[in-house]
Amino acid sequence: MGLAISAPDLEPSPFLSDDAPTRVQQRSKLFPYALIASSLAVIGGILAFPLGWLVWISFQHYGLKELIAHQGRWVGLDNYRTILLDPLFHQVLIRTLLFTFACVALTLVLSTLIAQLLLRVRRLVRVALMSALVFVWATPVIVSVDIWQWMFDYEFGVINYLLTQLHLGNFIHHNWFDNPIQGWGVVLVIVVWGAIPFVAITLFAGLLQVPGDIVDAAQVDGAGPWQRFWYVTAPMLRPLFLIVICLSTIWDFGVFTQPYVLLNERPSADYFTIALYSYRESFGVTQYGQGAAIAVVMVIVLVFVTLFYVRETVKVAEIA
Amino acid sequence: MIVPRAAQGVKVAAADAGARAGIGVSMWQRSRQLVFDAVGLAVAAVMLFPIYWMIATAFKPGREILTLTPTWFPSPITLQNFQDAITRPYFLENVKNSLIVVGVMLVLALVIGFLAAVGAARFGFRGRTAYLVMIIAVQMVPLNALIIPLYLTLDGIGQVDALPGVIAVYLAAVLPFMIWTLRGFVANIPVELEESAMIDGSSRFGAFWRITFPLVAPGLVATAIFSCIQAWNEYIIAYVLLSSPSNQTLTVWLASFTTNHGPEWGPLMAGATITGLPVVAFFLLLQRYLVGGLTAGSVKG
Repeated sequence: MGLAISAPDLEPSPFLSDDAPTRVQQRSKLFPYALIASSLAVIGGILAFPLGWLVWISFQHYGLKELIAHQGRWVGLDNYRTILLDPLFHQVLIRTLLFTFACVALTLVLSTLIAQLLLRVRRLVRVALMSALVFVWATPVIVSVDIWQWMFDYEFGVINYLLTQLHLGNFIHHNWFDNPIQGWGVVLVIVVWGAIPFVAITLFAGLLQVPGDIVDAAQVDGAGPWQRFWYVTAPMLRPLFLIVICLSTIWDFGVFTQPYVLLNERPSADYFTIALYSYRESFGVTQYGQGAAIAVVMVIVLVFVTLFYVRETVKVAEIA
Repeated sequence: MIVPRAAQGVKVAAADAGARAGIGVSMWQRSRQLVFDAVGLAVAAVMLFPIYWMIATAFKPGREILTLTPTWFPSPITLQNFQDAITRPYFLENVKNSLIVVGVMLVLALVIGFLAAVGAARFGFRGRTAYLVMIIAVQMVPLNALIIPLYLTLDGIGQVDALPGVIAVYLAAVLPFMIWTLRGFVANIPVELEESAMIDGSSRFGAFWRITFPLVAPGLVATAIFSCIQAWNEYIIAYVLLSSPSNQTLTVWLASFTTNHGPEWGPLMAGATITGLPVVAFFLLLQRYLVGGLTAGSVKG
């Protein structure tokens, strides 16, 4: 374990462990189960059960008629066949994957740079930069979308004004959402802006735990700053990097709010992510079975990332 | 507080480079430090600018907002936008709904989460590891994907467009993180503390109440604030489940503002400021737990 993350033992304290049964345990072996029962009921009922039901619905035709009758019609793999043959679905899936990759990569690079910067600035500047990050972190997604929507407004937006003033081209009355590539650029900016604080502060906390003498030793041996980061610091932060990448992937892959609210709750197909497409199919055109099948594909993609994440977390926390 | 090892690193690097280039060490060190500080402040300014722009716009009179040459500071300052936002239909109802949702969810989450955390941290039982792995894994279930079954289930029992459904979903969403974090807090308190209180004549419950509980309190506060923020900020579930305007929450109100009212940027920014304010305040309270506490859910044990 390279990283000095202090992981409290996942084993219960010896006083109460299995090999030394206590009065409490003798009195009732069921007591701990009673303590966790309510949490199991809530998580099982509201997360696990719907997940199972989602899969079930994806094998059914569930339109408006079925919604009223509260009863779907079994159609086997029809929904999956339809989406696999649907060119729009392919487009949306590839777009979501590319967008996720771009967001995660950009977030990671910028956050690593900011974390390194936090280590090197003097105390007062660090407090200022930290506070800025915390403020951004605290900004609700909806609020941030509204702010950026205003800043990117085609008529009175401050960004068009600034870009024109900086002689980067004529951006007067430039509509960023006419061209989907530019529009996705705006979404990327919003997502990355909001994602940086968590990742940067987490990486900074990790950097503080890298023993200084090891880095200094590398320096004495003639390693440059880049080599010191790549061969000494980064390997020590590997578990942290993996966890941050997994979390970012999961969040960015499920992006819904930013494009949806940015385009005034009426995004065209060019702005669909997989989550948006699933939403549109189910709540827009009342094809819940179809929407469920798309959501299942989304969950399947994420399950791989999640398995990886759970493995890393369990490793760091030393459960296994 | 934080004494970064980089400070030493910089000194070594400066001495090294300075000796090689024959420049005075302190000169080299100082100019290098100056560059880092300048970049640091620039990054802080860029990150903060959108938030500044929201607040500045919220205090500007209409004619200063709708201008091709924006003014950087609001002058004269006006509260008209805030008044506009507050008197918009459903604003106050939706604030009330948000508060109800967050409050009820929080009480339930704290009770259920605390019990489960004590169970998982203090007792050995069969299936304990499986339970903890489940808690980690379930944090990753994307709520977006669960909207369809949640909606259909609530529709079946007539709870669509009502707050209890939303409260239940938020409860399930924050609970895993809460249990995982609190478990760490409880596990860090040595049982010996309770034991010694019991030797001194306290009952088991008394020992727990007087010794363990106060030590877990910071964890309860931190997770409570974090859950509040998550529930206050949530949009998609509330948007799908709550259809009538008077039943919606504040984020839904804010998201549909431009759709319903056209781009009236002043009141919108005022509304956004009002929505963001409690979150920022809570976050500042939470700040000292941020680094250790939040990653505890994912990184620390």
